[in-house]
Parts: sequence; C-alpha cells; structure tokens
Amino acid sequence: MTDLLYTDVEESLRSSIRSTLQRSLDEGLPARLADEPETDVSGLWRTLTQQLGLAGLLVPESLGGAGASAREAAVVLEELGRAVAPTPFLTSAVIATTVLLVAGDEENLPALASGERTATLVLPWTARRGAWTPVHGSAEPVAGALGADLFLVPIPGEAGGTSLRAYGRDEVELEPITSLDMTRPLARVTLTGAGTEIVSGASADDAVDAALAAGAALLASEQLGLAQWCLETTVQYAGTRTQFARPIGSFQAIKHRLADLYLLLVGTQAAARQAAGTLADGGDAHELSIAQATAQAFCSDAAVHAAEEALQLHGGIGMTWEAPVHTRLKRAKADQLALGTPDRHRSDLAQLVHLPAS
Amino acid sequence: MTDLQQRVEQLLASHDPTTTEPADFLGAQFDAGLAWVHFPEGKGGLSLARGRQLEVDALLEAARAPRPDVARNSIGLGMAAPTLLAYGSEELQQRHLRSLFACTEIWCQLFSEPGAGSDLAAVATRAVPDGDEWVIDGQKVWTSGAHGADFAILLARTDTSVPKHAGMTYFVVDMADPGIEVRPLRQITGEAEFNEVFLTGARVHDGNRVGAVGQGWAVATTTLNNERVAIGAGADREAGQIGLVTERWRTDPSVRTPGTHAELLRWWVETEVTRLAGERLRQSLEAGQPGPESSAMKLAFAHQAQKVSGFALELAPEEGLTYHDWTMVSPERGSFLGHGPGYRYLRAKGNSIEGGTSEIMRNVIAERVLGLPPDHRPDKGIAFKDVPR
Ligand SMILES: Cc1cc2nc3c(=O)[nH]c(=O)nc-3n(C[C@H](O)[C@H](O)[C@H](O)COP(=O)(O)OP(=O)(O)OC[C@H]3O[C@@H](n4cnc5c(N)ncnc54)[C@H](O)[C@@H]3O)c2cc1C
Repeated sequence: MTDLLYTDVEESLRSSIRSTLQRSLDEGLPARLADEPETDVSGLWRTLTQQLGLAGLLVPESLGGAGASAREAAVVLEELGRAVAPTPFLTSAVIATTVLLVAGDEENLPALASGERTATLVLPWTARRGAWTPVHGSAEPVAGALGADLFLVPIPGEAGGTSLRAYGRDEVELEPITSLDMTRPLARVTLTGAGTEIVSGASADDAVDAALAAGAALLASEQLGLAQWCLETTVQYAGTRTQFARPIGSFQAIKHRLADLYLLLVGTQAAARQAAGTLADGGDAHELSIAQATAQAFCSDAAVHAAEEALQLHGGIGMTWEAPVHTRLKRAKADQLALGTPDRHRSDLAQLVHLPAS
Repeated sequence: MTDLQQRVEQLLASHDPTTTEPADFLGAQFDAGLAWVHFPEGKGGLSLARGRQLEVDALLEAARAPRPDVARNSIGLGMAAPTLLAYGSEELQQRHLRSLFACTEIWCQLFSEPGAGSDLAAVATRAVPDGDEWVIDGQKVWTSGAHGADFAILLARTDTSVPKHAGMTYFVVDMADPGIEVRPLRQITGEAEFNEVFLTGARVHDGNRVGAVGQGWAVATTTLNNERVAIGAGADREAGQIGLVTERWRTDPSVRTPGTHAELLRWWVETEVTRLAGERLRQSLEAGQPGPESSAMKLAFAHQAQKVSGFALELAPEEGLTYHDWTMVSPERGSFLGHGPGYRYLRAKGNSIEGGTSEIMRNVIAERVLGLPPDHRPDKGIAFKDVPR
C-alpha cells in the first residue's frame, strides 16, 4: 500500500516553501493581476528556483536537477495552491518537464532544471491523457505560455503520427486571453516557425499522455492546498466574528458545514496523496490511472466547494475584492476545468474499473 | 521472512487451521501475540505497530484459518478489548482478553438509556457501593446483541452531586446476573437486533470496575473512539454496499441507464476516496489510540452506506419492491450486508444513529478537531441532581 502520509523531508520542504512564499509573495498580488496583467511576476519564480531548486525538482541530478519524486512535487503544489502563487511550477516543472523526461530529451532539461528557461506543453488546458489531438497551427487556451521560453507542441507528423516538437519564443506568437483565474493566465499560441522534432509517433503520444497524467495527478495536491486554506481561514473567521452576542462558529448550522468540509478535505487529502504516491512509486500503470482519475474526479469538485463555502461563511466580506477568498474561488473553478473535468475523469474510470455505460 | 511471518508460520504449523476448533486456534493465536500485534506481550500482542496486524491477517486469511466472528462479537473485539487494555486492571485483562478474542465470550454495550442517547453523559442508571460490590439499578436501551451476550460494558452514575461528566464509573457486568432482564426490541427490518435491558439490584464486584470511580467518561470516550474506528474502517476497494452494486452492474446489463451510470460512478469515487482516507487514518494511527478524527470516517461511512443501499433499490426496481422476510427474530449477529437489498437499505438507516449520530459526529469534528467555540450548554457546571429534566 502506498504511503499516504508525509515524510519528515516532505514536511521540511513544506515549511521552507511556506516561509519563502510568506516573505516573497505579496498577499495582494493574486487579486492585482486581474487589473494589472502585465505585472512582472518572474521574481517570485526566480526566488523559489534559486533558493529551493523548485524548477529542477523532478529532473535527475545528472541533468542538474534535484532528482526528487512526485511526492515532493505534490507538497510544493499544496503550498503554491494555498497561496494561489503565480508560478509556472505545474506547467513547466511538472508537465513540460515530464514531456521531456519521458521523451528522453536531455538537451533542454538542464536549462529547465536551473530555472534559466521555462517551458510549456502547448495544448488546450482542458486536455487529458488519451483525450487530445495534435495542434494544427494554433492552440487555445494554453496555460503557462505567457512568459515561457520553450514551447513543446505535438503536431500532425509527416507520416500520419504525432510529431512532438520544440519551438523557441521567436517561433510562436502569443495572444493573452482574459482568464477566469488571472494567477494562471491563458493564451492563444500560434506556431510561426518550424521548431525542432524531439520524438515522433507512439513515443510522442506517450510523452504527452504521461505529462498530462502527471499534471492531473499533481493538480489534486494544488486543489488540496487551496481547499485547506479555505477551511482554515473560515474556521478562524468563524471563531472571531460575532453576531447575536456570540461567535458565529458556535452556531451549529455553521459548525456542521465546517465539519462536512473537514470530512471532504480528509478525503481530498487521501486521494491526492494516493495519486502522488502511486506516481512516485511508478508501479502498476493501471492502478496509477485509477488513482489519477479518482483524484481528479474528487478533488476538483472538493476545492470548488471549499472556496464556495468559504465565501458564503464570510458573509458580505467574502464577496469583496478586498478579501482574498475570491482569488481561491477563481483558481478552484479554473482548476476544476483544467486537465479534464470531474465528469470526464469519471468516464475514464468507468473504462478503467469495468463499469460500462451500456 | 520477517519475525512476524515466522510467528504466523509457527502458529499454523502447530495448529492446523483446517482441523483445529476455531476457539482453540484463536486462543493459540492470542498466545502467540498475533491477536492484536499492537497490544503488549502476554495480552494478545507483541508491542508492534498497529498496521502490522494487516500482515498477520493476510497470512491467516490465505491459510483459511478461523477468524474471530466480528459480526457476532464486534463490541467485545472492537470496543471492550481496547478499553480494557487502556483502563482495565491486570486481572480483568487476564480474565477477558483471551476469551473475547476467541469469541467464547460475547459482549454487549450497556451505554444508552431512554434519557441519555446523544447526551450520553446524562446516564441515570445508578451504581451504589455495598461492601466490595456495587448494586446497579436502571434501564438501558438499544442494546445490540444483549440477548446473546455473556458480558457487558456498562456506564453508570456513581455520584449525582457533581456535574454530569464527573460522576460516572465504568464496569464490566456479567449478563447472567439474576438482576438483569433483557427484552427484545423489534426494529424497522423486522428483526430484533437490539433490546431493552432492565437492571434491578444487579451486583458487580468492585474488581470489575474499569478505571477509577468517577473516571467513567474518559473510559467511555476511549470505547466510543474505538467504536467509530471499527464502524468506519473499510478494507478493500469496492468493499461494502458499493461492491454489491458494482457486481450487479457488471453482471446484469439490464440495470444500466445513463442516469444510473453517472450516479454509480459518483458513488464509486466517493467510496474509493473514503477507503483511501480510512487507510490514511490507519497509517497515522500506527501507534496510540484513535482520537476524534475517527468521527469523520464514521460520518462518511454512514452517509455512503445509506445512499448506496438506496441507490441499489432504484437500480433493480422490481426486486427493490420485494422484501426477503418480515419474521421477527433475534439474530445472533449483526449484519449490514446480509439478506436482500430492502433489508440493507433499512438497516443502513441505523448507521447514522448507532455509535453516535451524524449530527453528534459533526459537533465532535467542529469542536474537538477544528476547535470551534462550544455550543451553549445549560447544564454546564451544575451538579447532575440539580439539572432540570
Ligand atoms: C441499530 C442501533 C444499534 C445500537 N446499539 C447500541 C448498543 O449496542 N449499545 C448502546 O449503548 N447504544 C446503542 N445504540 C444507541 C445509539 O447510540 C443512540 O441511539 C444514539 O446515540 C442516539 O441517541 P437517541 O436514540 O437517544 O437519540 P437522541 O439523542 O434523542 O437524538 C435525536 C435526534 O437529535 C439529534 N441531536 C441530539 N443532540 C444533538 C445536538 N447536540 N446537536 C445536534 N443534534 C442533536 C440527533 O442527532 C438525532 O437526530 C444503538 C442504536 C441503533 C440505532
């Protein structure tokens, strides 16, 4: 059975990231990005990379990375999710990095590992394993493209299969899209150059599928961290806000909603840990797929619910631009649609566990 | 081979699992320290991590060895044993742990009363000292399996001059005492799984006291936390109600409709996630007693058992309209998964009441896990005898 707890190493990584984020991320930044999308946020990523080596977490030491596993990456995502930190960790250090690792491309990895460059997989952000098509000329909405230096694009190959190619910044055109979640802004990517082939055919498909699967598996941890922030913030608020001469948290209607939310997060945590743990263990592929689909089917909705509950239980203040709750709601809702909606992951599960629709 | 595996091999070699009487085999398993490996040596365990019991159980399962009858003795195995270990005297432990594991002693739980359900600390059954004995008078209710039980764990009031939580004491009671009368109570399934129990001048030796006089609430809390773990514990994927539904789905295409498919997958995911959460809790409980966190598992289990068993009726509506048998019986063992779908649907309704209602589970999570401010309690700090009722 997969270890579903956290190791001491993971806990100390968590506290380093949390304290770095507390120092380096201005709490008002996530909301400000909606008004000022041009804000340069690269400094935060540089700090996380230089101080904690996050960019190369999943890259083997021989290629300049930390050689860590999906378990550690998951803990990073929990912390980034809590803070809705605008960083390319998921898109570059997890998804694009997995593409290159599985494709066996060693040329680009050192620059990604050092944080010198960031990359993204160019597919609609809703793509999931086994449910994407090669890009014909342009793709949207693509996450992690704005600010990236390297664009990994599966396109239709000459021989009919997929050709997975790398494009430089000067070989693509980027048009920003006003996004629901401006902390992970989307773009339309148009290919203007020829790029360089990395792999083709089945190897290309496998690399893309593996990256989307890893992304979906670890997105669950981002959703977990975000949801835990919502619960903790709301519990704290309910303990201090008074109405009718008592803290609102002493009203049972509120207690019971928060208890239910706690229960939901107990499940979210177990599902996210199982997805991360099985990915790190690299065992049975079928079990891995079940864990990923289960995590996405569950954690996506859980995070949205957590953010919605946080908003409601904060009352009017929860509705304001001033309070940080809305930044979590926007990220949670966008995450729910990203890398396959819960319903689509349930359809995948139906296949995986042999519960056919008809 | 690990030491633990070697011990299991030795047990199997000295006691042929296919021919040894179940009680003898289980007794030998206890003596080998393989009953509850996290218990101390000499008390059915080896002082190992709790999770290592799974290794033992898997090996014994594979050898088709006799297993303790959990359905019949869930109170003894899941609640009395850990409570006796935590608070019982050496003598009580020696007298009962082995026989309750071997299931030669069946136990029941005399906690709830007509006036003390969710508010269990309001129990009014009196225990009055008389020499080195206690005399018990009062009424208990909803006592599952009292009709087949040899012993009971009892929560009684020993002091009415202090606030309710401070005046209770916990005892082990011999159900054969002439002062105990058990009357069946029929429940919605048609069966009488639970009973009313009248205690009239029942006598209990002071040696049967568990914990100090007045410490009953702390002792009972240990029992209840273990009860919630026992109720909430899942095991394999698709165990429980969901497994019956998925099997039907796979073998009978006539039940498949688009709406039920969507619902089936929702329940599949929820039950799978609860299984993982149970596993995670188990991993974190490797050492020590379960705390209030186990309430969350109990809450999830009750909700899913009820919803999924209801869904099972909709899945096969013609069958759902029928019922296996309404004859009144007092069953030997409790069963959540037995009989037909109608029985399972009705029995599952008790899951959110027995062992603490789902509302109480939410209170426990909110106040004891999340630390939210307490509810308004009019009886707080007032001597039990002065509380208006
Ligand atoms: C099948 C079954 C088997 C059982 N077996 C045993 C057994 O073997 N031994 C034993 O001792 N007991 C047993 N019980 C009893 C069980 O523990 C109690 O029924 C339970 O604790 C609820 O108490 P009550 O029935 O008095 O309901 P009440 O406490 O009167 O509750 C009625 C309703 O009020 C709600 N409520 C009460 N207080 C609060 C509150 N503070 N906040 C919000 N809502 C509240 C409850 O949730 C419930 O919905 C069994 C019960 C069942 C159904």
